[in-house]
Amino acid sequence: MFHFSIVLNCVDKFLHVYFTDSCVLFIDFFLVGIFILVFYAVLALVLIYLERKICAFFQCRLGPMRVGPFGIFQPVADMIKILLKEVIKINGVDVFLFRLAIYLVIIASMCTFGAIPFDRGLHVIDFNMGVFYFLSISSIGVVGILLAGWASNNKYTIIGAMRSGAQLISYELSCGLSLMIIVILSGSLKLSVIVEQQFYVWNIFRGGIPTIIAFIVYLISGHAETNRGPFDLPEAESELTAGYHTEYSGIQFGFFYLAEYLNMFIVAAIASTLFLGGWMPLHIIGWDLFNEIMDHIPPIIWLFSKIFVCIFLALWVRWTMPRLRIDQLLKLEWKILMPISLVNILFMFFWMMYL
Amino acid sequence: MKIIEELLMQFSLSVSKITDKIYTVSISKEKLRQTVVFLKNNEKLLFDFLVDIIGVDYEDSFGVIYNLSSTQFPAYTVLVKTHTNDRKNPHFDSIFDLWQSAGLYEREIHDFFGIKFINNVDMRRLFLRQDWCGYPFRKDYDPSLEVNHIPFSNEKLTDMEKINDGDSIFEKNDFVVNFGPQHPSTHGVLHLRIVLDGEIIKKIDPNFGYIHRGIEKMCETYTYQQLLHLTERLDYLSGSINRHGMCLVVEKGLGLEVPDRASYVRIIIDELTRIASHLLGWGCMAMDMGSITAFIYGMRDRENIMSIFEETCGARLMANYNVIGGIINDIHPNFQRKIKRFIPYMRKMLKEHHFLFTNNPIANGRMKNVGYLSKEQAISLGATGPTGRASGWSNDVRKIDPYSAYKYVDFKEILRTDGLTFDRYIVRLDEIEESLKIIEQLIDNIPSGAYVTKTKTIIKLPEGEFYQRVEGARGEFSIFICSRGDKYPYRVKFRSPCIPLVNALKSIAIGTKIADLVMLGGSLDYVVPCIDR
Repeated sequence: MFHFSIVLNCVDKFLHVYFTDSCVLFIDFFLVGIFILVFYAVLALVLIYLERKICAFFQCRLGPMRVGPFGIFQPVADMIKILLKEVIKINGVDVFLFRLAIYLVIIASMCTFGAIPFDRGLHVIDFNMGVFYFLSISSIGVVGILLAGWASNNKYTIIGAMRSGAQLISYELSCGLSLMIIVILSGSLKLSVIVEQQFYVWNIFRGGIPTIIAFIVYLISGHAETNRGPFDLPEAESELTAGYHTEYSGIQFGFFYLAEYLNMFIVAAIASTLFLGGWMPLHIIGWDLFNEIMDHIPPIIWLFSKIFVCIFLALWVRWTMPRLRIDQLLKLEWKILMPISLVNILFMFFWMMYL
Repeated sequence: MKIIEELLMQFSLSVSKITDKIYTVSISKEKLRQTVVFLKNNEKLLFDFLVDIIGVDYEDSFGVIYNLSSTQFPAYTVLVKTHTNDRKNPHFDSIFDLWQSAGLYEREIHDFFGIKFINNVDMRRLFLRQDWCGYPFRKDYDPSLEVNHIPFSNEKLTDMEKINDGDSIFEKNDFVVNFGPQHPSTHGVLHLRIVLDGEIIKKIDPNFGYIHRGIEKMCETYTYQQLLHLTERLDYLSGSINRHGMCLVVEKGLGLEVPDRASYVRIIIDELTRIASHLLGWGCMAMDMGSITAFIYGMRDRENIMSIFEETCGARLMANYNVIGGIINDIHPNFQRKIKRFIPYMRKMLKEHHFLFTNNPIANGRMKNVGYLSKEQAISLGATGPTGRASGWSNDVRKIDPYSAYKYVDFKEILRTDGLTFDRYIVRLDEIEESLKIIEQLIDNIPSGAYVTKTKTIIKLPEGEFYQRVEGARGEFSIFICSRGDKYPYRVKFRSPCIPLVNALKSIAIGTKIADLVMLGGSLDYVVPCIDR
């Protein structure tokens, strides 16, 4: 199988010829940073296009059709528009916190994005506690949202921010608990180890019933983490105009927008890495020829098609369901998903011990 | 009805009739409250539905007409007329404690005529700015710009909340949020000021008048043919129905016979309008709850009706189809074919709407057990239409007082008893089915012959008062015309079905969450241009 690390090692060796060790490290970091940033932005454009098209087909429309064939350049045009738009200065906001909020949101989502293993070796840092890293860094985003709502000096934004704080902190619990199931199953927090373990059977099938439950719980709570309908209370446009980002304009709003789409991608990526085998192709024990053929499909395509399936599910739900009310939302988490996850951990323990 | 007449005679000396179902009682202003209380509480009569309060400036005196209807005998209407000769400081007894709807009506009359209602503390202006000079519906009102300059500043929010003696309607520590006038889900430019405790609503204070156009005042300077156009601009979603009502009242005044063909076509158009309106109402309510797809589905189905209108009437939203004496031109050759194709399509789509939204667990959880409106409350608020029917109040004018060709068709009045948001929602969808049934019965039987009765170029209604009510998509829409025999009406008053609905929102949304407020607004389905006449 092709290893991405070969390419990376070549680049590294090439740089070592001309530079000192610390210099090479710096250039490596720089290149990786650039790569992540560009990939992040391009992916957002693709996701925006996908969302608009899929949503349009759910609603018996065509979606963007004018800019380029089938409107594929529409998100580019949107991006140019949002970059050129004036950033309106608002009286009475806490300027420092107002600006800081955007960076917290976008940095949280970028840092999580960086830890996704795209291929064997195509991995920015392979932490030995990758799952933990995912959970901790992605929850910084909520601080940004709370700050945005608070600093905007607007009654709607503060309601949106409070809702969002309550929602994200609650759903992080069942999100984390359902990922713990995988940790119990694989006995490791390291993402590369978790993916390698799924060579023959994906985790969702390997762990039996508890992992299937955990997968469903993760999809629901992860979807809630991204603030998208039916869990889009923080920005509920029919109630709070735009929620916590009401007062942001131009590229400041663009960052929130970007972070929202990428969070959707990240949640889907974590789901596919931990539950659906990540970049690992579909292998079946004993079917050697089949496995051989599957191996010829590049792992990155495997990963992206799994992510796409998860994203499609999220979009399907978003464009079908009406929004929950805040008390129903919290009830769903604290009275249904949380107990299920807790019992599920015990269940997983017994499953591992006796089956 | 004998019994009504006898009982009324007991009480007052001058009972007269406009038609055989509309009585007028003239009383002195001291006896007003007594009479109204009698009519409301009398067990045989039960005139407990305050349809409207109408103010009239008779030049030498101010008159106030209380329009009462009975829930016992819903076809009958009593207009209780009273007047005062005091033009300097006109005042009447308030009845705001008898009906929940009366407060807003009294504020409207105060706004337009400067009439004070004693005991009603909340005598703020309803539509105009609080610093407006003069009372525009008085016949001696000076409209010149010197008196009322065009304002260049916004009205202060503190001015809006001051009631009679300078007190604010809000407490000192209230967390007041301005919900509107520019808000995505107030269905127009409605301005609600809500007091919040966290997510829970403590108090609502609606402010109207952001798109007030003075249509009733404009009517006084328009001929009868001209003012037809204005009626469609009231509740623009049931425009054809409003216009139908206006045509009926003028035809009644002239004693004009409308050809059957016109009556049939008018009703088909009315019912199509009702379907379109309910579809939009359904979609908007779904969108208020966050389901944008449902809104688009509603708009998609409504588009079919709009294309039928476009062919036959030449316009999509403001059909401009009814004229005095009939309809403006004959139906398009495609009319019947297209409608026959539309009926099965709509039935299929209704199933889809139920599948998509009614049976959705989230939608169900949101709509059930929220926004209870009891029957008594609905009557007291005057919340007619689907809202009242969801609470079990049978108030369909098409049934109780059939006008036009409604007496020939067979349909069911949808009644539910629970009065919850879900019931209001279901009533609308079921009414679409009933409207389809009505259309189905008429579409093949449109009689041939003339489609309009010729009228004179200048129409002059004889002296007197004329009254007609029709069933709009949102409730009872009624028109009161006071004529002095000119080619212009002396006073026109439209009963807006939407003011009581906003008033209902004020009482049912207390204690619910912000998300529910938006949804309740959608379920009551008010249209703001109808409020801001």
